[in-house]
Amino acid sequence: MKIGILALQGSFREHQEYFNKLGVETILVKEPYQLDEIDGLVLPGGESTTMRYLIDRYQFMDSLKKYCATKPVFGTCAGMVLLAKENVGYPTHIGTLDVRLKRNAFGRQVASFEDVINIKGIGEVVGVFIRAPYIEIANDNVEVLGTYKDVIVAVKQGYQLATSFHPELTDDLKIGEFFINMVDKYKNE
Amino acid sequence: MKSTGTERVKRGMAEMQKGGVIMDVVNAEQAKIAEQAGAVAVMALERVPADIRAAGGVARMADPKIIEEVMNAVSIPVMAKCRIGHIVEARLLEAMGVDYIDESEVLTPADDLFHINKKEFTVPFVCGARDLAEACRRIGEGASMIRTKGEPGTGNIVEAVRHMRLMQAQIQRVIGMREDELMVYAKELGAPYHVLLEIKNLGRLPVVNFAAGGVATPADAALMMHLGADGVFVGSGIFKSQNPEKYARAIVEAVTYYQDYDRIVELSRGLGEPMRGIDLSTLETKDRMSERGK
Repeated sequence: MKIGILALQGSFREHQEYFNKLGVETILVKEPYQLDEIDGLVLPGGESTTMRYLIDRYQFMDSLKKYCATKPVFGTCAGMVLLAKENVGYPTHIGTLDVRLKRNAFGRQVASFEDVINIKGIGEVVGVFIRAPYIEIANDNVEVLGTYKDVIVAVKQGYQLATSFHPELTDDLKIGEFFINMVDKYKNE
Repeated sequence: MKSTGTERVKRGMAEMQKGGVIMDVVNAEQAKIAEQAGAVAVMALERVPADIRAAGGVARMADPKIIEEVMNAVSIPVMAKCRIGHIVEARLLEAMGVDYIDESEVLTPADDLFHINKKEFTVPFVCGARDLAEACRRIGEGASMIRTKGEPGTGNIVEAVRHMRLMQAQIQRVIGMREDELMVYAKELGAPYHVLLEIKNLGRLPVVNFAAGGVATPADAALMMHLGADGVFVGSGIFKSQNPEKYARAIVEAVTYYQDYDRIVELSRGLGEPMRGIDLSTLETKDRMSERGK
């Protein structure tokens, strides 16, 4: 199994280390053709505006849309912003995840925090929220995996997984394992 | 239990900036140009370093009005500078809700002995360093991000290169040392032992390390990435160039694709004049900002 990590900007090194700890081969994806070489894609944390600028600049968007619509993808923080169908007050990016999302929803950096959250089918994990978004509305086809004080912070829709927080900044590999199982399931279908 | 301002949250914020370009801006209009060009953050200032250099006198924290104007103009993180050791300027910036504070040698130091105890703050700090000793002392004080000092406002990359090379060489030395040799190296450097031990165990600095102080072209930015920088600060280099918008975009792209030379040729072509720049041999020690805050 080979996991690709979109490496235009952001926490791609952390994701690479995170998935390497799980014994999975990883590559850094900087070019559209690399999407053909991987079994699952990670959209890391970072600045969604920067990633969008670089995605557009090198005609990456069509291949990303195609990939995320059918194949396993895991977005954290900015990665979740990239996936959301609707971003309140901001443009849609990839738009394959059927949710309405609010950027920087918990406030500026001084309000960034960590806390324990309970994820359905996974259990308790430490959520590290950094200028994080949350989901205001998830459509019926989206499974809510986790909430924090009544807002949605983790979801799954088909082969798409997204979290407001950063598992890649922790040593807890449970969410990564969950994604790898999704990739396995996709490969077997 | 919900906790804010933890080491992980503060250092993590800098991790999210990696592979990106942080641009100095002096008003909302420049901030928007930076954001549209793909900057990962902006540094809100009253003057860019080249103008601080030209103006002389005491350089202080910017007027809150300018910083707030920038904060209201963009959705990306906003950083701002306080003087070295100026605890109250830092508290004011934190109260205003800036996302990151640069305790910066670009401003005139308020304390010639002590830096701020950055661990006491919820907001994260970035600090400049010329070598591993300075970097470790700043990390020991609670800095969540390091950048080379370079020589700000000169458009001359030589100092940033020197600082980055030295830091990388010293990091390699620490990694290669036996643990029982570290204490003496800590003594030699004047660096906290526990930070050196953390570097040895991780095989790198425990925080993100950006390049700053002299980046003027896309090739400069790519050079710093090549030398091991996690990202790049561009101060005067963008808005003192002939075509700031083009420069901003080109530098952003050069940082992501720093090993793709065909692409860097493409985006360097016809960019117009970079900032004028200063030959460092004409700069006396007293005029070097990098001499401040050791």
